[in-house]
Amino acid sequence: MGTEISVKEYVVRLGDDALILGHRLSEWCRNAPFLEEDLALSNVALDFIGRARMFYTYAAELSGEEVTEDTFAYQRDCRDFKNHLIHELPRGDFAFTMVRQYFVDVYSLAFMTSLLESSDSRLAAIAGKAIKESEYHLRRSEEWMMRLGESTQESHRRLQSAVDELWRFTGELFDQDSPERELVANGVAVDTRALEADWNRTITATMSKISIEIPKDELQVTGGREGKHTEFLGFLLSELQFLQRAYPGLEW
Amino acid sequence: MTSHTQLYEIFIRSQRGLDHKHVGSLHADDAEQALQYARDVYTRRSEGVSIWAVKSSDIAASQESDCGSFYDPLDDKPYRHASHYDLPDEVKSL
Amino acid sequence: MDQAEEEKVFQERVDAEEKIEPKDWMPDKYRKTLIRQISQHAHSEVIGMQPEGNWLTRAPTLHRKAVLLAKVQDEGGHGLYLYSAAETMGVSREEMIDDLHEERAKYASIFNYPTLTWSDIGAIGWLVDSAAIVNQISLQRTSYGPYARAMVRICKEESFHQRQGYNIMMTLMRGSDEQKAMAQDSVDRFWWPVLMMFGPHDSDSVHSAQNMKWKIKRQSNDDLRQKFIDQTVEQANAIGITLPDPDLKWNEERGHYDFGEIDWEEFRRSMSGGGPCSRLRLAHHRQVHEEGEWVREAMRVYENKKRSNQEAA
Repeated sequence: MGTEISVKEYVVRLGDDALILGHRLSEWCRNAPFLEEDLALSNVALDFIGRARMFYTYAAELSGEEVTEDTFAYQRDCRDFKNHLIHELPRGDFAFTMVRQYFVDVYSLAFMTSLLESSDSRLAAIAGKAIKESEYHLRRSEEWMMRLGESTQESHRRLQSAVDELWRFTGELFDQDSPERELVANGVAVDTRALEADWNRTITATMSKISIEIPKDELQVTGGREGKHTEFLGFLLSELQFLQRAYPGLEW
Repeated sequence: MTSHTQLYEIFIRSQRGLDHKHVGSLHADDAEQALQYARDVYTRRSEGVSIWAVKSSDIAASQESDCGSFYDPLDDKPYRHASHYDLPDEVKSL
Repeated sequence: MDQAEEEKVFQERVDAEEKIEPKDWMPDKYRKTLIRQISQHAHSEVIGMQPEGNWLTRAPTLHRKAVLLAKVQDEGGHGLYLYSAAETMGVSREEMIDDLHEERAKYASIFNYPTLTWSDIGAIGWLVDSAAIVNQISLQRTSYGPYARAMVRICKEESFHQRQGYNIMMTLMRGSDEQKAMAQDSVDRFWWPVLMMFGPHDSDSVHSAQNMKWKIKRQSNDDLRQKFIDQTVEQANAIGITLPDPDLKWNEERGHYDFGEIDWEEFRRSMSGGGPCSRLRLAHHRQVHEEGEWVREAMRVYENKKRSNQEAA
């Protein structure tokens, strides 16, 4: 049932997730609370941009046309992007960025660990590299949860409000559409529904340690995988794609 | 004016078999964070295989005034250096 | 030893090319000069992240985006190495940042010019970074050990910065007419401000003589500027860029290029906060610093809590 998606489309989806988050993280460069953290955030951003390039390059190869990694990043419109919505939300304050990162890192590590078993060897190879990065990212973001959660009233308040804002975008991470499920069935894609229980357990345990409440019965916002985005993505793309759109078809 | 966190001195072993070498310092609120930031700050080009982070305040340093008593007595023992001993010209290595 | 004798020993040490290290005795003025110079150097690296950083989200390819991010990140790293070198002289990073915000400390005026087009990123990497490297290579031999060592590390990392900038310019000059015009326009705007980076003529430089004697500075402003011009002309020619100076001509007798006079009025205006983006750069830095205050405060409190927990245990 449902329309099938090709392996290529699946790979592009994963590229979109990585690119959009990498782009958001790169906005912290020169804007972090102190220099050490500025450098650290840029490293994480570089990892995600690198990850996007690996996925897009593979997708370009699968396309078999005159397509490059940049075709995917620079020449598609809002509705063509299939990233999960959580990645496109503006970077917010430092607490917002770190909570998003923590949610994504826990997810990403589990996801990549599972992708390592993919029947598609290229995807498995990308996962192998991504796992190492995600382990480090998670170590960082988890410590920031403790640091912000167990420190001042203000940091705790900001952390709580970030969790409140972000929670409604987490359900989508596990809400796999039927085309993707067909790829799960033949061993290419990760079964994200199988990751949900562990993810919830981990997040709940961390948040209870630092007395942060998780919103209950929150309505979940979904649609990223169908290209139904928040309004933020259009602005992000207009910046990202400006040069390629203003001067089409040139080498840079 | 106080710093937001403590200063740590960072030492990096660039490859196995070499000593850790002092590369600079950074601010962090605990040792674990100091190690992580050292990775981001001082090994962006894979310069290290091992990192030490030491609180600057924990370093005991010899003082300028100690200089005489610390090092001068060691300076009159040239016989501790191989170059002290002449070799006959025909001996190329020893 | 009395003051005069200490100073004599110090100068002998400097003359013998021995490095001065943090715990050594040093003249007050030497310490002050170095703190000023190193911290201003650090501020320049950090403020320099802004003009380039505002193209991070607009870089035209994923490769350029990654390279630019790595590059701007390096600038932050260099700022950190330099703050770290200055901290060995007993001044805290907070004090230095406070001096910047209160406009007691300056930074390189080149960063007060805006980056309007993508080719400005190329021009900065190629020209600004090349000029910085000419200066920094010379400073690898500066007399203060921690500063010299920071310079060695920075020079090693910066070589890719100028290459990537030149590569952007080269690509544009091989491209469409619009791209060529874009690249040329960037050079037209940045060339003279880059020459100003080396500072006033030696004859007008207030600190030069003493700084040379203490070997804080190793080569004069004019010598470094000449060196930069000599090496850049060939690079410009190779990709078809015209350097905007009608007086730029090879002088066989001197073995150097002659060049036109710098607009020193413009230099003074830019140094004293009259550059197009001076206010913006400082305001941005202040704002980011204020927005980050709660995070730094959280770290302070977290550190104290951890310490008292350990003491209680």
